Parts: sequence; C-alpha cells; structure tokens
Amino acid sequence: MSDRTELVQNAAKRMVPAMVNGRPQIPYLGVANYQPRARKAAPPVRTSKDYPENGEKRVADLETALRNCGLRDGMVISNHHHLRDGDRVALLALEAAAKIGVKDLMWFPSASFPSQKPAIDLMQSGVIHHIEGSMNGPLGDYCTQGKMRGMGILRSHGGRWQAIQDGEVHIDIAVIAAPTADAFGNADGSHGMSACGSLGFALADSIYADHVIVVTDNLVPFPCIPWQIQGNNVDYVVEVESIGDPAKIVSGTTQITRSPDRLRIAELVAKFLRAAGIMRNGFSFQAGAGGIALAFVDYLRRMMKEDGVKARFVRGGSTRYLVEMLQEGLTDYILDGQTFDLDAVKSIASDPRHVPTSPFTSYNYHGKGNFASMVDAVVLGATEVDVNFNGNVVTHSDGRLLHGIGGWQNCLAAGCTILAVPSFRDRIPVIVDEVTTLTGPGELIDVVVTERGIAINPQRQDLLDAVKGSALPIRPIHDIKGEVERICGGKPARPKLGNHPVAVVKWVDGTVLDTIWQLS
Amino acid sequence: MTPLNEAKANSAEAGHSGKDVRSDVHVALEPRDRGGLAITLESRVKPYYGDSILAQSRQVLESLGVKHARVQVHDEGALPFVISARIETAVKRAGLGDGQKALPDSVALPERSPRDRVRRSRLYLPGSEPKYFINASLHGPDAIILDLEDSVHHGEKDAARILVRNALRAVDFGACERMVRINQLPMGLEDLAEIIPEAPDLVLIPKTEHSLQVTEVERMISELMARHHLNRPIWLMPIVESALGIESAFAIATTSPNVAALTIGLEDYTADIGVAKTAEGRESLYARARLVNAATAAGIQAIDSVFGDAGDVDGLRHWAENSRALGFEGMGCIHPSQIPIIHAAFTPSLAEIDRALKIVAASEEAQQRGLAVVSLGSKMIDPPVVERAQKLVQRARQIGMLSC
Repeated sequence: MSDRTELVQNAAKRMVPAMVNGRPQIPYLGVANYQPRARKAAPPVRTSKDYPENGEKRVADLETALRNCGLRDGMVISNHHHLRDGDRVALLALEAAAKIGVKDLMWFPSASFPSQKPAIDLMQSGVIHHIEGSMNGPLGDYCTQGKMRGMGILRSHGGRWQAIQDGEVHIDIAVIAAPTADAFGNADGSHGMSACGSLGFALADSIYADHVIVVTDNLVPFPCIPWQIQGNNVDYVVEVESIGDPAKIVSGTTQITRSPDRLRIAELVAKFLRAAGIMRNGFSFQAGAGGIALAFVDYLRRMMKEDGVKARFVRGGSTRYLVEMLQEGLTDYILDGQTFDLDAVKSIASDPRHVPTSPFTSYNYHGKGNFASMVDAVVLGATEVDVNFNGNVVTHSDGRLLHGIGGWQNCLAAGCTILAVPSFRDRIPVIVDEVTTLTGPGELIDVVVTERGIAINPQRQDLLDAVKGSALPIRPIHDIKGEVERICGGKPARPKLGNHPVAVVKWVDGTVLDTIWQLS
Repeated sequence: MTPLNEAKANSAEAGHSGKDVRSDVHVALEPRDRGGLAITLESRVKPYYGDSILAQSRQVLESLGVKHARVQVHDEGALPFVISARIETAVKRAGLGDGQKALPDSVALPERSPRDRVRRSRLYLPGSEPKYFINASLHGPDAIILDLEDSVHHGEKDAARILVRNALRAVDFGACERMVRINQLPMGLEDLAEIIPEAPDLVLIPKTEHSLQVTEVERMISELMARHHLNRPIWLMPIVESALGIESAFAIATTSPNVAALTIGLEDYTADIGVAKTAEGRESLYARARLVNAATAAGIQAIDSVFGDAGDVDGLRHWAENSRALGFEGMGCIHPSQIPIIHAAFTPSLAEIDRALKIVAASEEAQQRGLAVVSLGSKMIDPPVVERAQKLVQRARQIGMLSC
C-alpha cells in the first residue's frame, strides 16, 4: 500500500484505517454496540440441469476445475486449514492458478502455516495480491515488513464465518481438501489416510462461495458417509494422490508440558475452577491443545473424579485427554471444532458422542446465538495481557505477527474466561501496561493465571467472592506485574512501531479492533 | 602506559548460548591495550532490554576495573544477576578483576532460620543452570539447595560459585530455607569464601567422614561471618556417603551446635560398599537406620537421600513413607513434581494429629489433677507415647496443619 491511509480512533482508543483494501470499514464500537441491518449474502441460484444426473462431478485435475469455474484476475480463492502444516491442497490450487496465468488473487485461507511459505513467491510474482487470514512464521514476517500489496485482515474463526455470511468477503472459488469424498462432492474429514477429524472450517466456504471444488485422495462410491460438506454445494471433484502429509496433519500423541512452571499454572487453573464452584455437575469447559491447556485438562479430570463431578459437554480442539474423559464418563459429549491427534480422529470417526461442529454453531456472532457463550469456562493463552485485562494473541511484544486469532476472540464469550500464561517468557514480561495489539477487550477477560498468582478482573466481584477464603494465591494484577518487573530488571522498553498499517484485527462483529503496523 | 594487570590478561569466555539455552548468556572477552570497551550484543530480548543489557555490561566491566576490551555478549534472556555473574566469570578467567566482585542488587534477607525448622523437602538446583533458580520457590519445597558439587562440571566450578553467590543475593526464594551444597574440601573452602557473605541459611558438607571436616568448615564460616559482620545462624548439614562416614555418624552429628541435621548420600554409599542401589533400598537399611539413631542421639534431624527416578511416582511414595517410618524427617528432591508426594508422606495424617491432640490433652488434664498415670478412655498411656504425641502436635503446628 503506497498511498496514505486515513486513520480513525475506535472505541478502544486504537487508531485504525478507515479503508482496508478499498472497502470502507466500521471502527470498533464496543463489545456489543454494532447493530448490523442487512441481509445475508448468497451465491447464485443454480439448477440441477447443469450438473450430471449421475452425480459424477469429477474432472481431470485442479487446473481444469479452476478453468471450468471461470478463474480470472482478482478473484478470491479460499482454503481451510484442517490439514494444518501438512496441507498440500492450498499450494496445489495456487500453483495451478499461476499456471493458468491469472494475477492479483486474494488468498483467503482459514489459517496459513509455515509450510505454505511458497505463497511468498506467488505474491512476489503477482499471482497473489494479498492474504486475508492468519499469518505467522515467514508469511507473518513478509506482511509486517510491509511487503504485501494489500492489507492483511485477521479474523477469528467466528469472524471469518461472519465476514463470509455478511458479504464482507465474497469467495469466488473455494478449494476444499477432503480426506474422504464421493464423486458428487459429499465430503468428510474423519476417514481416509489423510483423516483430520472435523471439516467445520470449510463449511461456510462450501455454502457461500460461487464455485466449490472438492479435492480428495480417498474417493469412495456415493454416498460418502458421514458427510460434513454437502455435495449439493459442490461444482467439481478432483482426485489427487495425496492431499497432505499425515505426519503433519495430526500429531501422533499430544504431549502434556513437562515444565514445572507450566504445570503449576495448569494446576492453579483447575483449582480455581473447583474453588469458584464452576466445576460442578453438568458444567462445560473448553481448552485448547497447548501444553498448559492439556495439563489443565488432566488436573481437572482428576479433580472431577475426586469430587464425583461430570460435565455435560466439553468443547474441542479435541485430543486424547478429552477422548479419555468421554470414555470414562466424565462428559456426555465432545463438541469438536478441530481434531488434534490420532486418538481424537479415531474417536470422532467412531463415537457418536464426539460431534463435529463448525464456526457457525460454535462461534458466529451474527447468528441467533452461538455455543461459545454457553460454555461455563474457557482456558486460553495470550502473548500479552495488560493491567486492564486486555489480551493480545496475534503479535509478539515487538509487533511481529505471531499467531492467528483462531477461536480465541469467540471464546471470550464464555461464562468465565481464563488466560493461563507465564508471568514472563525469557525475561519478557507478559503482563504489561498496554498490549501491543488489542485482540480481546479486557471486559471479557475474567481471570489471569500465572505461576506467581491469580489475578481476577475487579469487574468480576462474583468470582472474587467465590474464591475468598480459599488457599489460592489471589493477587491484584498490578502486584504480579510489579514483581515480574523487579525480577526482569525494570519495565521493558516499548518497541518502536511504524505508522504504516500492514494488517488489521477484526472484532467478532466485523468492526476494526486494532492495527498491525509495519516494522521499521 | 598499559596497566600491569591488563598486560598479562588472556581472552576468556563464560556462560552459555544457543538454540536450546534459556535464561543464560555467553560472554566472550578479549582484553586489549587501548580503545576502551567495545561491547556487541546479540539477544532475543534486544527490543526490550538491549540498552539495559549494554549499560549493565559496561557498568560491571568498569566496576571490575576492565577499561579496554572487546566484549561479545550473546544473550538468551538472562536475568540481570546472571548477566553480572557471567561477565564477572569471564573477567576473572581472563586474569583480571582480582579480588573484586560485581554484586547485583540484593533482595531483603529472609528471617533467620530456626535450627529445628521443618525440612521435609529440599529441591536440588544445579549451580550452573540459572533457568531453574527464579521459580524454584513457587513449587513450595521447604528448602532449595544451590548445588556446587556433583551437578556442576569440573571446569565450571568457578562460574557456578559466582552465579550461586549472585542468586543468594538477588533471587527471592520466598519461604524456602536457602541451602548450598559446597564441594569437598579443600575446594569447598573456596566456595565458602564466595557464598558465606550472602548469608545462606544452611551449608551441606559432602562426603563427611570425620568430625574434623565439619570443624574445618565451621571455622572458615565463622571467620567469614566475623569479617562480614554477619549475625545470623548458618546451619550445617553433613552428608554421610561412605561406610566410614556411617561409623562416625554420631561423632559428626555432635561436632558443633551448628550441626542441625545429618543426611545420607546413597549413590556414593552403595558404591562404597560395592552393591547396587535399588528402589526398595534394602541394601542401605542398616546405614539409614544407623544414621537416624545417631542423629536422634545427637538431638538433631535425620534427613534421607533423594529418590532418583522423577518419573516413578509410586516408587517415590513408597520410599518416602518407608523413610518416615524409619525415623527420617525429610528427603531431597530432584524435580519439583516430587515435592507434593514427599510432603504428603512426611506430613502426619489428620487421624494421627487427632489422636496426638487427645493424648496431649489427657496428659495435661492428668497433670492438672495431679495424677501420675495418663489415661485415654480405658487405655493407659505410657510417658514415651505422650512425648511422641507432643512432638507430633508441635510438628503439625510448624507445617500449618494446626492453627494454634
């Protein structure tokens, strides 16, 4: 972006661009102050007469499929990231587009991974104009160095559904990697040599894109049972030898952290839920697949057994720890957004109580409610949290893009939102005066658990009262921050951020929450 | 003119850096005749603490009298007390900074340690691994041991000594008793010279076989305390690690009133008697029982060795329960995960406390009523049982299981 961008101040007092990639933006208005008045977007009406009666939608290769979909300059191509760092399909599609000779595509993955580094070459050669989706590693550096032609847009999983559904992003062609599919386009993720569990991230793309291509390495005769993607939305099916590297799609076994400090954090989180009375019969929780989150699940599981407590449902990212809880009768259901290890993939394929979900059911803010706000407690990470409980999950303290938002923002709607973080990493304090990039407003973040103590948001007097008299190390957040600054030898210097926006962070309602600046 | 001490100086290095290193720093020092200090810094925390690290490096070098040198600092997120220690080590290895110290800011000294302090667990921290220091107390051991002996490589003894000294000064170890395990004499005397001014609460003396070794350590400590105007106790815990040591246990335990506890090192002991060390510990039963007896006779605590397999939770629990049954009051830990298991084993159960309280109450009542015989219900209670109950109640108070 060579032209100057007009900046406006939003309700969180952050300067954000008024226009992003040629589209006017609504600055963040507050957690729940934006009232949309519009109808949902929709793809064109199709007729069955244009599709084979025998359901045979196979074409020879991706290039043919893309040509048949009318691929041309400036279109939006989307992919999902259920195959994580093992995905081959996104690059296959982008390289096929390059071969066709189109330019200026917008790539719209639900997340990108380090193995997709060749996308940088495609940006340099002009095939891709810019990426809207999480960027980390080499792609993140490319973006924060200001080398991308368009601005990056970071959305939560729910926010991505919202943007598609509300018409903020119009997908021209969705290319969906499918571990199992039939020739009609019904597709699923729980079986096949590249099995990845749920395919929920691809669901919006399949419903709202003008054209949908399913790419599989495990074609089965109709019907593909079960299906999460409906063939009725699919234009073409392409068979390839391999959609991904199974070793990188799911981990063989997910490992609990062995760091004593992180184990302590995990144990404190579990003890907090028990002391606050949140861990009770019929409750629900969500935790990710990071080391602390896994250890938390293990501690909580032991405490639930000790107290004879059972959950009604738990939310994945699923791992073998959640699967074991299901098998031990400690929860009635797993509602699964993404499936992280082999045990979880096996479970979702065989146990009807382990149910795939999508960002629509779980997270979409522009719907008639969603599951996230019905979860009693969620345990999340963060790169930084400030004294007003605002959280950052997308940038490092030096302003470099580090992570996508994932479901993080959406999960803040839970009854009790807990950030489980070390108080400092390699001398870099995690609790700061002001987060580098605002990703989650402090009014939604209830508890910060560190190895040095637990800080409860003063707005949650109910939680403060609930744990009063317990043996837990409850401390004001300023207190923990002060101690860490003493240990680290003073406050860290603030990195010098440039004044040229390279990406924006959207809030769950599509408004612009904060800006990521070019690094000098 | 070139100052004499810089003329004979060599290049030197200290500390560690690399992909897998955390919370440490590598310093390469190249003294020169002129040109002042040229310090270069590589660090993953450079955007936040780069200026601060450069300023600290310069200040430490100047305080040690180094005026002209090229210095490469490769930092991996080391805390300030570690940076000072590594630079000082490099300076001294270069043959400079003779007799001078670069001391970091100090935290307040904890309260003085009582002789009969609760010592159920002591967590070993290798003296050359700074990353373990700062959060050690959070895991709640009764004590931490900064180790200068077996966990420190021979070529790193000088570095560990300076690092441990700085840790005693700058790290808040919370409610933990601050222990240091020195090297065998005579090297242990050099350790003492470095660490005693920072007032550790207790010094462990390895491979003790004669009370003379204790006397020598004690004499050195009292000299250093007098020189540094220290007026608080520094207790001694001799480690008996040989057949001869076991035979001399009582003499060692009674060397001085500063000996607060006796402990045993089973790796060396089993090697000495030529048997394998097992998880059941049958081979060391005699030595451990003998040690408990000697310590009790001397009126001090008997503390058990470590359980070496951090992954074997059941084995540890079994060992610790057995150890308490033998009369030990605590043991060592090689990993924080061992602490809660050890505490559970060395903490009296609620039923035990309850019974002890009843016995103590019955004895007090008997005393008030002038009765010679204490009875509880229909049972007569012997005086030693009363004494044991009193000890148990006192211990329960010390570890916070009884509020009054």
